[in-house]
Amino acid sequence: MSELIKKTAAELVALMAKGEVSSVEVTQAHIDQINKVGDAVHSFLFTSADSALATAKEVDRRRAAGEKLPTLAGLPIAVKDNLATTDAPTTAGSKILEGWISPYDATVVTKLRNELMPILGKTNLDEFAMGSSTEFSAYGPSKNPWDLTRIPGGSGGGSSSVVASFQAPLAIGSDTGGSIRFPGAVTGTVGTKPTYGAVSRYGLIALASSLDQIGPVARNVLDAAYLQDVIAGHDPYDSTSLTQSLGSMVEAAKSGSVKGKKFGLIKQLAGEGFQQGVKNRFAEAIQLITEAGGEIVEVDCPSFDYAIDAYYLILPAEASSNLAKFDSVRFGMRVTPEGNPTIEKVMAATRELGFGPEVKRRIILGTYALSAGSFDKFYGAALKVRTLIQRDFDNAFSKADILISPTAPTTAFKFGEKVADPLAMYLNDIATIPANLAGIPGMSIPIGLADEDNLPVGIQFLAPNYQDAKLYEVGAALEGILEGIWGKRMIDFAPNLEVK
Amino acid sequence: MSEITPDLVRHLAGLARIDLTEDEVVRFTEQLSVIVDSVAKIANIIDAETPITSHPIPLANVFREDVVLPSLTQEQALSGAPDQAQGRFRVSAILDEE
Repeated sequence: MSELIKKTAAELVALMAKGEVSSVEVTQAHIDQINKVGDAVHSFLFTSADSALATAKEVDRRRAAGEKLPTLAGLPIAVKDNLATTDAPTTAGSKILEGWISPYDATVVTKLRNELMPILGKTNLDEFAMGSSTEFSAYGPSKNPWDLTRIPGGSGGGSSSVVASFQAPLAIGSDTGGSIRFPGAVTGTVGTKPTYGAVSRYGLIALASSLDQIGPVARNVLDAAYLQDVIAGHDPYDSTSLTQSLGSMVEAAKSGSVKGKKFGLIKQLAGEGFQQGVKNRFAEAIQLITEAGGEIVEVDCPSFDYAIDAYYLILPAEASSNLAKFDSVRFGMRVTPEGNPTIEKVMAATRELGFGPEVKRRIILGTYALSAGSFDKFYGAALKVRTLIQRDFDNAFSKADILISPTAPTTAFKFGEKVADPLAMYLNDIATIPANLAGIPGMSIPIGLADEDNLPVGIQFLAPNYQDAKLYEVGAALEGILEGIWGKRMIDFAPNLEVK
Repeated sequence: MSEITPDLVRHLAGLARIDLTEDEVVRFTEQLSVIVDSVAKIANIIDAETPITSHPIPLANVFREDVVLPSLTQEQALSGAPDQAQGRFRVSAILDEE
């Protein structure tokens, strides 16, 4: 394994800036790793080695010519396959979009191109980002690099497994109920869901528009900060994108400290029903925060007990509307039944064959939640719970600067364990969903391995809206403390993948 | 007790334009019953006075200047279409013959 791929994004950028290594070398090292472990981990739905190398060559040429380049120029990256790209297929993990090439780039992709970052390919996800294991991808699941018989989290299991297996130093994810943070927790990597609107959603294939947010996937906090600074910012093409700047996440990460800050321990997410090893690592993290000068206070968020229920009405309702666009007319698959069918029959046949089980389940559930007779009882009621959850957060943030919980109730589970039981699968996101309902930013960082299975455990930090920088401050500080104790990074505990 | 029946699942799938198989109708009836029974408990904590929140960030009336900007060409807009004719999306009959 090339030593280059083990380096952090920040280290690689510094080496390239000094001219000690070229972008072509860095990019080729990651392509070599993709060729070596890609089939076993199945992180990518599409790889674009040639265009990545072309970008790398361009960066090296311009650097040699003495041009001033963007901060992350030449650093390769992977992009979740629900972001539209003009030079690679975009499937969102669905058969209905197999082979579709977008006529435009997502704003985030444009920003990566402007930053001159070689794009290595498109990463796997649960179909239309509906799931927490990648088992609902129409193209087969991605594997967890810590144990190939286990899930890498979802929906962004492609992006988490890419960075966890050194196939890319950074990746883009999207988080509707935990799809960046949960995969981060179970793969020992870092993932941030920025404040709603901090990153443009233009060109992100919408799941639930009031919940979706794009964010960085990385192996450490500083690297995630570098990526968030590149992708954040107002975009006139997304009317929900924030007009104000949230500041530099890199500066926040570099000034990292927990001293004097109040950490709110969320009573409802303090670990009841959570795996023992998760609770143990979480308790140790709290102890370390206290020793470093942070203060722990308990906060009560009673409506969080209803967050999953509200989420599984709001998300399907919005998804059933968003996914109506897959109608066999403008893009994607068309299935024409025998005879002389009307367009309605063509649509129904196409959507039957094109969508997988979880997508159908959620569309039907959403159609139900929005239908006359159940609208007030379900969708309307869920929107009220959303208000209550926001009030709980307001109240909690009046007592604490940052809220903390384990990111997920368990470590990575085995394939097949929950796929037939939708409710059990939905519980993976119990700690991550409230943030999406309230719009607030959240981050998961690794805090060690669970005693019973030696698999990664994550802590989640939550901050008030627009205060993403706080996540990077405390995340970088705790990460630094833990690495000091371990004498190495979390990811260095990962087993070397033994693949042909 | 859930009100999800096979007939309701067929009706909802019809509204959503998904041509479910009978196996799917049976499976989804069972699974959606469990989900709907579970999510229905949100009724326990809300009341008529609780305002609704449909969006996480306060935003209203986000407009842009009414000016023409570059956009997709007709060719680009049609590039992903399963079928097209004369610069338009082509589909089968919208109405039945009778």
